[in-house]
Amino acid sequence: MSAVFDSFSRFYASSIGKKILVALTGLILIGFVFGHLVGNLLIFAGQDAINEYGHLLQTALHGSGVWIARVGLLLAVLVHIVATVSLTKQNNAARPDKYGQHKAQVSSKSSHTMIWSGLTILAFIIYHLLHYTVRIGNDFDKDAYKIDLHGEKVHNVYKMVVDGFSWAPASIFYLIAMALLCSHLSHGFSSLFQTLGISTDKSEPLFKKAGYAFAGLIFVGNAAIVLSIWLLGYGR
Amino acid sequence: MPLDSHIPSGPMAMKWSKHKQDSKLINPKNKRKFTILVVGSGLAGSSAAATLSELGYKVKCFCFQDSPRRAHSIAAQGGINAAKNYQNDGDSVHRLFYDTVKGGDFRAREANVHRLAEVSVNIIDQCVAQGVPFAREYGGMLANRSFGGAQVSRTFYARGQTGQQLLLGAYSALNKEIAAGGVQMYPRTEMLDVVTVDGHAKGIITRNLVTGKIEAHAGDAVLLCTGGYGNVFYLSTNAMGCNVTATWRAHKKGAFFANPCYTQIHPTCIPVSGDYQSKLTLMSESLRNDGRVWVPKKKEDIGKPPGQIPEADRDYILERKYPSFGNLAPRDISSRAAKEACDDGRGVGPGGRGVYLDFAEAIQQFGAKTIAERYGNLFDMYERITGESAYKQPMRIYPAVHYTMGGLWVDYNLMSNLPGLHVLGEANFSDHGANRLGASALMQGLADGYFVIPTTIANYLVHQKPGSVTAEHPEFKKALEVCTAQTKGFLACKGKRSVDSFHRELGLLVWDKCGMARDRAGLTEALKRIPELREEFKTNVIVPGSGDACNPELEKAGRVADFMEFAELLCLDALNREESCGGHFRTEHQYPDGEAKRDDENFCYAAAWEYTGDLGKPTLNKEPLSFEEVHLAVRSYK
Amino acid sequence: MSQLNLHLKVWRQNAGQPGHFQDIEAPDIPDHASFLEMMDIVNERLIAKGQDPVAFDHDCREGICGMCSMQINGVPHGPEKATTTCQLHMRKFRTGDTIWIEPFRAKAFPVIKDLVVDRSAFDRIQRAGGFITVRTGSPQDANALPIGKEVADAAMDAAACIGCGACVAACKNASAMLFVSAKAGQLNTLPQGKPEKDRRTLGMVRQMDKEGFGNCTNQYECEAACPKEISVRWITKLNRDYAVAIVKEALGNSPKVAGGGD
Repeated sequence: MSAVFDSFSRFYASSIGKKILVALTGLILIGFVFGHLVGNLLIFAGQDAINEYGHLLQTALHGSGVWIARVGLLLAVLVHIVATVSLTKQNNAARPDKYGQHKAQVSSKSSHTMIWSGLTILAFIIYHLLHYTVRIGNDFDKDAYKIDLHGEKVHNVYKMVVDGFSWAPASIFYLIAMALLCSHLSHGFSSLFQTLGISTDKSEPLFKKAGYAFAGLIFVGNAAIVLSIWLLGYGR
Repeated sequence: MPLDSHIPSGPMAMKWSKHKQDSKLINPKNKRKFTILVVGSGLAGSSAAATLSELGYKVKCFCFQDSPRRAHSIAAQGGINAAKNYQNDGDSVHRLFYDTVKGGDFRAREANVHRLAEVSVNIIDQCVAQGVPFAREYGGMLANRSFGGAQVSRTFYARGQTGQQLLLGAYSALNKEIAAGGVQMYPRTEMLDVVTVDGHAKGIITRNLVTGKIEAHAGDAVLLCTGGYGNVFYLSTNAMGCNVTATWRAHKKGAFFANPCYTQIHPTCIPVSGDYQSKLTLMSESLRNDGRVWVPKKKEDIGKPPGQIPEADRDYILERKYPSFGNLAPRDISSRAAKEACDDGRGVGPGGRGVYLDFAEAIQQFGAKTIAERYGNLFDMYERITGESAYKQPMRIYPAVHYTMGGLWVDYNLMSNLPGLHVLGEANFSDHGANRLGASALMQGLADGYFVIPTTIANYLVHQKPGSVTAEHPEFKKALEVCTAQTKGFLACKGKRSVDSFHRELGLLVWDKCGMARDRAGLTEALKRIPELREEFKTNVIVPGSGDACNPELEKAGRVADFMEFAELLCLDALNREESCGGHFRTEHQYPDGEAKRDDENFCYAAAWEYTGDLGKPTLNKEPLSFEEVHLAVRSYK
Repeated sequence: MSQLNLHLKVWRQNAGQPGHFQDIEAPDIPDHASFLEMMDIVNERLIAKGQDPVAFDHDCREGICGMCSMQINGVPHGPEKATTTCQLHMRKFRTGDTIWIEPFRAKAFPVIKDLVVDRSAFDRIQRAGGFITVRTGSPQDANALPIGKEVADAAMDAAACIGCGACVAACKNASAMLFVSAKAGQLNTLPQGKPEKDRRTLGMVRQMDKEGFGNCTNQYECEAACPKEISVRWITKLNRDYAVAIVKEALGNSPKVAGGGD
């Protein structure tokens, strides 16, 4: 056991080891972001559809499903952040004297701002969790946000979302966060295949394009919900 | 002083086997007690250091570059010869031996050359095992190409970077031994002097090029693997740092310098473009496999774009003069043919010092893709330097100094006349005679380092008490003082002219009077001018900065000071050798058709020069050369 | 041939002391000269004026030894693709240009003087596994082990690395992954290198980390700056080889742990 633990600590201590963890957790988070979007889009299928979906998540595996997912995601986020912050610190230390001139020839702006887009997204996640999951600073826990569904009293997710995005500051923050997530994904998506040792000369351009498409999809999908409620008054 | 080359008795093909049988052995326990100092980390140095360490000796290895991997062996492009006969085209150890002796214009020592041909096959095995990525055929077998001076295809290559790959292989072997603790590596460390104790080479003085510290290192034997002296010409294909200091200092401590006048001029270099030029770039000789050398037949055509000169008005000089070897004629012959054409006023390009190397026919025959596969990186290199594409118009080439066959005299054990001082690779004189064939330098460096010295060094060491001399010995103190004083002298001179300006002037003079063609009048003039220039250097050089830090100007000053002294010996040897052979062409000695005229009656010897304290009056020692296997003949490639 | 008038901003520094940019005027530079020949001319003039010439690393001047370095206008070896500083020619510049000339900067490459940096970290990484353990004189016949042309060519692609450090200089993180991956990849690709593959991979990566290089963030500036155009696919391979090796080390029976070099 301790031999395995030693190996793991050596793995984590190494540059490539940390990066592999970042890639793997990134992959989990990509999956989550996609699932989250699909679920959210149910809002356009009407009140019952999304409430039913919300209820399903809450009650899966007798209510433990959501907690397994929460713990898992939290762990993924934690590892993703701790590892990248540590890598970034090492990276900064690796060049104490900066260049007078340093030109990037091929790398994207997004790739240079991963830590900042990432940390902003972290701030957003905290806000988002407080907003909809812990439900602090709003009345989402009150009876006004409960609804009857097939004879059961469930959270009225539909109303929460609609009311949430009717408040301009929240919508603006959500849009900014989604733009940064889009930027983060545009580098992160294809990058993880490189780190995991999968990319080839032929597949790399496909991964790149898929990454851009995915980042765009996440942004357009999520922004559509926010904009249609906030500006077009959908659901109000 | 009589020179004993210690050539083993018996038939030529058995000498090396016999010598290995007869060589002394040192038991593994005792090997650990011997310290061997290896100066230089090119093919010869790295391979020797690694192999000696594998055997158990303690090795210290020194190089002036920041890493042993940067030694100038790395720049060899074309390939390495080996008598593998993988092509089934009739090659054999004997044929490689024969070609090399003949290629050297009968001025090499037969026994050494035969040994070289024998171990050539082991080198390829060794390098492949190290992971050297030689070119291969689709079936997975090694590929070969042909090279100048041979009618078989026996050259192994790794694209146009064979030297790099072989050096990286030797460097990896060296790294393996450094990691194992057998070799201590001293990069950015330049050797300034050899220390002799009771007539034996027992140590060296070095300068740390980062801190400026001058230090003494004692050992039981010293190996000089420090390359050639081509930079005496200032402009050459050598790296900027290549220098004669190690071998010259050894010479001044008593080691004989043999045949310095044998300098190789490489036919396929990019012509000089201006007086700011710092070095010349070689285009691999392999280009001559597919390129055709020509100049306009008529002088009035030299200004015309080459494409507008019709076939009938082109003079394919090598094909015309040497129909059987054609464009693959040996280097010295090809170089002189180019010079003749330019002297005749038919040279092309700026200054009229260039001939065309044309790939149009090859591109038509094999397609641009195949040609790019073969020479892509060379064509790219040419375009970067000249701004011209060799796919669209012929290259312009001109000969340049490339390799030096002369070097410290060594016996069959690779030991100089100074006991304990061994000399390997280009730094010694033994294997190439008056001219080296293409793809043979890599072969020699690795043969000496991997296969010869590990056997022969024991013949010296077995008579030595290990560690008998330490760096505390008064001789080391004396040598340290001399080197420190010299360094201080350069810094204190505070004259008007930079080191480079002296080097440039010396180089031009030597190239002019002792370059591709030499004559008595010119050499006499050079011999008058060199001491004058040396005197001016002593009193008028300026070396800024200090001695106890990184100071590239100071490094150059030491090297140029030695070139200034060495140049005189080079010209003296050229003047003494009243014949033409290989890379040494005396205009007084030629056949009516311009071919080199050897004088076997009077000059069939290696000239081993002994330092007497007076630079202008060295003593000439002769090692007579006898040819048992390859009979003396006019070297003809017609 | 025309002449260029240039303004240089050259980094001057002595080991262990802070450095600064010095403005040097460089008039009348022949456009056929190489970049290093331009530096030679500048140094000749500094010496003539009794000033300290600029120290820079260089040797073969034909793009193969890997000794020359210099960050030129923010790019290692200057703006030309697949070119070392010594192969860069002044015809690529215009008269009136300002040229920034700096050393390759990384914690693992400390400045020795001016533009000269210490790249011995690369040697130490190589010593941690960048070789095949084979004794001189022991191998079988070279053709006894057939190696497909494609494999040999791939290994040669990696082996073309000249160890100049441009990859480190170009990377915003001063990562040495391209260098290490090329060196490990060459040997890991060849059948001769297979027996030591895991040991080599772990040893070299660990030594790389120990030297204080940064981490790869997959931006591929290294590939763009590499004078020998080494592909980042070698990094992909190193990542893969490392993952396999570490899993084997963690879960396999091998009792020995590959350490770093010296």
